[in-house]
Amino acid sequence: MREKIIYGMALLAAILLARNLHSTFLVLPDEANQGMIYRIMFFHIPAAWTALLGCAVALVASVMFLITKNFRYDALAVAVTEVGLAFLAVNIVTGSIWGRIIWGIWWTWDARLTSAFACWLLYFGYLMLRGAIDEPTRRATLAAVFSIFAFADVPIVIFSIKWWRTQHPQPVFWGGGSMDSAMWLTTMLNWVALMLVGAVFLLVRLRQEEAQREIDSMRRMVHAI
Amino acid sequence: MNFLRQSLTIAAKDLRAELRTKEAIQASLSFALVILLLFSFSFDPSEDEMRALSGGLLWIVFAFAGALILNRTFAREIPNDCLDALVAAPIAGAALFLGKALASFILLFVMELVCFPVFGIFYNIGWTAQFWPLMLVLVLATWGFTVIGTTFSALTVNMRLREIMLPLLVYPLMIPCLLAAIRLTSQLVAGQPLDPEVMVWMRLLVGFNIIFTSLALVLVESVLLG
Repeated sequence: MREKIIYGMALLAAILLARNLHSTFLVLPDEANQGMIYRIMFFHIPAAWTALLGCAVALVASVMFLITKNFRYDALAVAVTEVGLAFLAVNIVTGSIWGRIIWGIWWTWDARLTSAFACWLLYFGYLMLRGAIDEPTRRATLAAVFSIFAFADVPIVIFSIKWWRTQHPQPVFWGGGSMDSAMWLTTMLNWVALMLVGAVFLLVRLRQEEAQREIDSMRRMVHAI
Repeated sequence: MNFLRQSLTIAAKDLRAELRTKEAIQASLSFALVILLLFSFSFDPSEDEMRALSGGLLWIVFAFAGALILNRTFAREIPNDCLDALVAAPIAGAALFLGKALASFILLFVMELVCFPVFGIFYNIGWTAQFWPLMLVLVLATWGFTVIGTTFSALTVNMRLREIMLPLLVYPLMIPCLLAAIRLTSQLVAGQPLDPEVMVWMRLLVGFNIIFTSLALVLVESVLLG
């Protein structure tokens, strides 16, 4: 059953991505000021949203683990953090490519780039932390604590870096920017597509975690015998 | 009341142990001096430029040298299984945490207080024009650093690669605190008062301290027992 859900979602994601790529490259016109390159935004923006959602799910899963001590939540937390980190990397890399064309430079220490990078490092620390602890209960508990700290820090990091310097084009959300409704539709649909891709990754990763735990418990049983 | 007395007992114990061995404070101070020396090779600024750079320079020194102190906070309890005894002791985990944080805070503060005149002499800078506001910034930012550092010292204490993991986890979390400290320190070392423009950083520091102190006090039990 689970197998079928994964394949079904993957299929749906593929169809939606094909539709969006068609619309992105063949239907929608070049943007008035930015020309061709603005199309990267259809991946750049949804990737950021997906990553942010991943952080939020990781927070909920971590809190739930600390309350219930159920390892399903730990598996969810690590899986969703890994997937979120991948999407944040997509966001940073696509942003960098966009910056090379529009600003003429790959990287600048402007507020949003810096905070995206800082958040990436923060959650990369989460994975490093997990890698350094062998005992499963201890690893899950400490990782959950770290995830809560990281999530509390993300908004403060973003605001502090924003105060530090600002050079980014006004964001579409909570800013002065605006977007044509056809472009808006493709952005939203691409968000759905990326979320589906993320969910497929997540389910596959969850199954790996469960298998890993099963192998660990079998190994312990063999040692006990 | 009892809670506070327990914290102070832990803090006094830690400070006494540190005064007798002097291992953390010595390592941290000599490391700070080495970095201050190395900075003199990396650039050769005029006095005005130096004042503008002072916040960033000093806080990088404090963050690097401070990690050595924070690493020892819980690591010094590993020999003879002292950590197990402390966790088993009839005090709240939060009291243990607060005591350890207080001791680390004092050590960090002493290290920073020594660094300021050394920095002033090495780089020909009068830094005392705004002495008391500067001390306030130092206290607030050091407390933020201490809270995060002590939590993660407890978190990484039983880990292989402990010395590497602590800074790796702490520095990204500390970005807001560090940015505020750098901006405010540069402003005050340059002799300018705390005007409304930089007060926003002061508020950020206070907010950061409140959020993470409460978060640490709530979660430290899970960290110690985890």
